[in-house]
Amino acid sequence: MDHPAATWQPAATLDRLRARARLLSQVRCFFDSRGVLEVETPCLSAAATPDPALESFAVPCRAGSAQEIRHLYLQTSPEFAMKRLLAAGAGDIYQVTRAFRDGERGRWHNPEFTMLEWYRVGFDHWRLMDEVADLVASVLPGTGEFTRVSYRALFLQVLDLDPLACTGDQLAAKARAHGIDIAGRLDHQAWLDLLFTHVLEPRLAGRAVFVHGFPAAQAALARLDPDDPRTAQRFELYVDGIELANGFHELSDPGEQRARFAADQERRRAAGLPSVATDERFLAALEAGMPDCAGVALGVDRLLMLAEQADRIDDVLAFPLERA
Amino acid sequence: MATYSTNEFRGGLKIMLDGDPYTIVENEFVKPGKGQAFNRVKVRNLKTGRVIEKTFRSGESVEAADVMEVDLQYLYNDGETWHFMHPESYEQYIADANAVGDAVKWIKDQDMCTITLWNGAPLTVDPPNFVTLKITETDPGLKGDTSGGGGKPATLETGAVVRVPLFVQTDELIKVDTRSGEYVSRAKED
Repeated sequence: MDHPAATWQPAATLDRLRARARLLSQVRCFFDSRGVLEVETPCLSAAATPDPALESFAVPCRAGSAQEIRHLYLQTSPEFAMKRLLAAGAGDIYQVTRAFRDGERGRWHNPEFTMLEWYRVGFDHWRLMDEVADLVASVLPGTGEFTRVSYRALFLQVLDLDPLACTGDQLAAKARAHGIDIAGRLDHQAWLDLLFTHVLEPRLAGRAVFVHGFPAAQAALARLDPDDPRTAQRFELYVDGIELANGFHELSDPGEQRARFAADQERRRAAGLPSVATDERFLAALEAGMPDCAGVALGVDRLLMLAEQADRIDDVLAFPLERA
Repeated sequence: MATYSTNEFRGGLKIMLDGDPYTIVENEFVKPGKGQAFNRVKVRNLKTGRVIEKTFRSGESVEAADVMEVDLQYLYNDGETWHFMHPESYEQYIADANAVGDAVKWIKDQDMCTITLWNGAPLTVDPPNFVTLKITETDPGLKGDTSGGGGKPATLETGAVVRVPLFVQTDELIKVDTRSGEYVSRAKED
């Protein structure tokens, strides 16, 4: 532990800690006034997300009197547990909790961060976008209009390329043309992510934009769009070029969810990543029946950064990773 | 061969790219919530000084550059090579004109310099931030001098030419900021 004399103090100022408390209070008021129930679900689980882009912390646990150590996982989001509550008839629910993602550290990332996640029964993703906009507008009053653009339209507008009908080579050429110097081989999705982060995100600066209709390969737990199954009913809110929220019209079909999990596990294996236990309890909840709903996960620390015009996530955290 | 993973990237880290040693100037972790993570870096080529931008997929490894900084005492030069010595180990290092660069204008015997070594050999030489040098030649600088702009050129004992105030004369010692190449003040003997 280096320099405890220098690093025992919080990174955020006391004013910022007060601003965080006000934000949390505002969030609770927002949902309580709409009749959305606050829930708490475990941070530790026997299962983890198989998404190859997410690295879960595994925690060794003594199991009662057993000699062997087993592992539980810290959640990368409360999604599976909250969907189990939905299947149990909980109705509209929200939660402010910690999410944990190993290997993610930077100006906008701390491996431990605060997630606001909520689910609305009977909403589709369009109606949920309205509610996300209402919440964010109440916290960031100067925001102005929340516009909407499809993932495909954004690529066509800025790069003159159809992300749903182009080759990896075309994407690579676009990256080169925009001065991106990257070595090595990327798969199709990685090229899309590269162009999205390096070229498209900066174009979203200075305004609030919902990007919707992500490619099916990036559907995560969202339904595919019945009108265009190459895309998913998934949206992301960008405020001033910062990714703030990720929402879905939730997939409730257990067969398709299981197939997606299997595909993810295979991608993990192919990438040499450790396999993780599949959340069978979540799948069992889908088998029992989850109501038609839309859900969204929002980064509370980033929302606070925007409200406070903070430069780095450390500025709004009591103790970021290096001081924890 | 030592390597660094992208999650070790930080300003000042020395890495090899395309056969040249680089230092990381800026490192940005970029990741869409459910997508591929990247490290966007600005790196400076330690041989050429040129700064470029590169992107790496997070988790990739790069070769570490064997680059370190060491404080050495300047001994002498023979016109082609400049000789330095470690004040404690007495180990000698020889730098060529390329490595010495601009420092040649400012250093005199026994000055302590910061040398960047690559694979044990001098890559760049940084003179002290301030040096005290004697003026070997300058005009008397009478008022009415038509050179205008304030000041006059003065040649220093190292051969460097700097602009000095009119009142400063030949054989005087002056303090120079080596980073800007500018006169700072008169100096006492150092």
